[in-house]
Amino acid sequence: MRQIQLTKRPQASKLFAALSPLLAFALTLIAGAIIFWLNDKPPAQAIYMYFIEPLIAEWSLHDLAIKAAPLIMIGVGLAVCYRANAWNIGAEGQFVVGAIVGSLVPIFWPDFQSPLTLPLMLLLGALGGALFAAIPAWLKVRMNTNEILTSLMLVYVAQLLLDWLARGPLRDPNGFNFPQSITFSDAATLPEILPSSGATHYGFLLAIIVAIVAWFVLEKTRAGFQVRVVGASPRAGKFGGFSGSKLFIVAFMISGALAGMAGISEVSGAIGHMQPIISPGYGFTAIIVAFLGRLNPLGVVASGLVLALTYIGGEGVQMMMGVSDKVVRVFQGLLLFFVLACDTLIHYKVTISKGRG
Amino acid sequence: MTQQAAGQSLLRLSGITKRFNEIAANDGVDFEIVPGEIHALVGENGAGKSTLVKMIYGLLQPDEGEIHWRGQAVAVANPKAARALGVGMVFQHFSLFEALTAAENIAMAMDGKVDLATLAEEAQALAEKFGLPLDANAMVGDLSVGERQRIEIIRCLLQKPALLILDEPTSVLTPQEADRMFETLAQLKQEGTSVLYISHRLDEVRRLCDRATILRGGKVVTQCVPAEESVESLAAMMVGEQVHTAQREGSAIKGERRMQIRNLNYKPLNPFGVSLKNITLDLHAGVVVGIAGVAGNGQSELFECMSGEVLVEPKAILLGDTPVGQLGINARRKLGSAFCPEERNGHAAVGELSLSQNLYLSRQSTDSVLSGAAGVIDLSALSRVTQSVIQEMDVRKTAEDPPAASLSGGNLQKFLMGRELSRNPQLLIINQPTWGVDAMAAAHIRKAIMALAKSGSAVLVISQDLDELFEISDYLAVLHDGHLSNVMPTEQCTFSTIGVLMGGASEDVA
Repeated sequence: MRQIQLTKRPQASKLFAALSPLLAFALTLIAGAIIFWLNDKPPAQAIYMYFIEPLIAEWSLHDLAIKAAPLIMIGVGLAVCYRANAWNIGAEGQFVVGAIVGSLVPIFWPDFQSPLTLPLMLLLGALGGALFAAIPAWLKVRMNTNEILTSLMLVYVAQLLLDWLARGPLRDPNGFNFPQSITFSDAATLPEILPSSGATHYGFLLAIIVAIVAWFVLEKTRAGFQVRVVGASPRAGKFGGFSGSKLFIVAFMISGALAGMAGISEVSGAIGHMQPIISPGYGFTAIIVAFLGRLNPLGVVASGLVLALTYIGGEGVQMMMGVSDKVVRVFQGLLLFFVLACDTLIHYKVTISKGRG
Repeated sequence: MTQQAAGQSLLRLSGITKRFNEIAANDGVDFEIVPGEIHALVGENGAGKSTLVKMIYGLLQPDEGEIHWRGQAVAVANPKAARALGVGMVFQHFSLFEALTAAENIAMAMDGKVDLATLAEEAQALAEKFGLPLDANAMVGDLSVGERQRIEIIRCLLQKPALLILDEPTSVLTPQEADRMFETLAQLKQEGTSVLYISHRLDEVRRLCDRATILRGGKVVTQCVPAEESVESLAAMMVGEQVHTAQREGSAIKGERRMQIRNLNYKPLNPFGVSLKNITLDLHAGVVVGIAGVAGNGQSELFECMSGEVLVEPKAILLGDTPVGQLGINARRKLGSAFCPEERNGHAAVGELSLSQNLYLSRQSTDSVLSGAAGVIDLSALSRVTQSVIQEMDVRKTAEDPPAASLSGGNLQKFLMGRELSRNPQLLIINQPTWGVDAMAAAHIRKAIMALAKSGSAVLVISQDLDELFEISDYLAVLHDGHLSNVMPTEQCTFSTIGVLMGGASEDVA
């Protein structure tokens, strides 16, 4: 009888740490092809349409960058938060609250048009997200509630709040009762980076800068050191003199701030007004982005682009092949599943031994 | 061992080899246990004792070699199979649920369905028969370590094993508790049960065991009858080279007072922690004070109060003349103290971080040279300091700056000690300086501790190793159930006076 055994490696394998996301992606493609085949769709063509076609046309590359921008920005915040061993699952809600708070400026003061308009909106967006994220963090530290549950539940609070606001106080009075705000002025709109080429706005650049800064702080400074130590071992963190509960709140607020900033960037750069639904689940997808990027802010840039591709390609196959609109969720789920599975190989190796007797 | 029993073996291992990544933890090990003998397996930490018994108990599979049980070749696939053969094992680290009763814990380990009331009765009967007092309905969390060990032993005996394996059983016991356990083992032997006794306490092995197999570097060095050997000759076989024990030179000169603890009371948040009661203690420059005690009598709580990982009444602890009860660990470090906790990975160090980052962990607040502008870590300064600690303490490692978890226990402990020592602290508090550390590294560490005191620092060593405390301390005190005994000059103490205090007798009796 043969036995397949997992044996622990003495040290984490650098090779598999790098290879695991690629392996996971390959397995996702194979599993995806099988699913298409079972649904009587030509698998090769579907996979091509899903993952290759969006990378060929210039306009769809812009689409990719626009979708990647919020994923990267939220993903970076979540990566920092998860490294601190704080499990923020509510980035979607913080994204929405950030968007609401940031868009108060162009909606209620449409005449305030200056170079300060956008920075103020971004700042307010970040502040809104951070304060909204502080709620589950504070509950955890003071009442020992489970932050995974409370942060997730607050997502629905935020979404319903936006739904009510967009149909009520924020609605454009001259908008024929459409549940929409007025369109933001140019001064309140994130401009396009290369207007002659396509629609990618400065939100993308902002996301990249955020990722680089976060990487530097995390790897090179005392503050980042604190996050890594407390996340890896709260007791060692205490020995280093770091306060676990303070860090917990700060980590949550940082990820909330980045989610909020992503929210207002999305509304200002990609949508242009407030409406009841502003996100196709970016805040949840960013959880996958953070893990696929190895909780490393630079890795998050790469994984954000990959997950953006699942959105764009998914829309493509929906339209061209008539598959269900759930296909995006299926691929994202497969990817997370395989990433977590492949990560086992970083710490364990598979040996096949001949069992005796 | 009786003459007729010697003819047939109960357990025979031949050519057992087990490799972990090219390193052979066991290399062609042969040995044999006959019915009704107490057989010692002796060796330093890392000699391969644990690996060997894990294979006997089915927790690991050998790469090569054969296991024969009563003359039959067997494959022990898992502990359940081992128990079916008649092998029972008591581990060094207990696997008991603190929130369950003794009887419930025993029931958890039984293969198949059991009736709790009957089981409790059986356990109680067995406990009385073997002189192992036990309240089957007591909550494990309320029991001492010695009592917990009894549960583990009874749990094994209920299965009527032919071979009982004990891994370092006395490391958690007072001398008196250990004596009682030896009587139990002698009784088991009378009834024909074999015992495989793993220890590096050589005097015990001499007293108790019929035969000894000595392991070094994964190989069997020799077999002997320990009663015919001296402790020194056994030690020489075990270590393979002469170990120099650190020698205290004359009596220490008591310098100024560095730390004063007055009426320290502390109740830990953890319901299974030990409350500290009215502790009073002075630490003086130039003096090593040793605190003895059985594990789990408030050692880690005392350490955390002194380090500032938990806060207490402001004036309960003074550093110099400064009340520090409400100051955190970094503030106390800045006042010249250094701390070295018991647990290496997960308290003193983070296993997945590199040595240099672990150096930064305890020194980021005191060594301004390590932090550049705006909190950016100065990596070149950090690497310089790290390398000098590595050299000074002779830390053996595989890479330039490897993760802490990749070092052996002894080498990591040397590094962590060096991390604190190289600051030349005025006060050093250490919990278990040589726990799980090989003999050479332990000798190195003890020497370094004594050298620090000699250079004028105050040192407090909390340890469960009485030999160690007698070797390095100028004064001794005993911690029992959160009470600290009077501090006594080491010359006036003996193993038995300390042992009695460790068992909880009041000082008048001692």
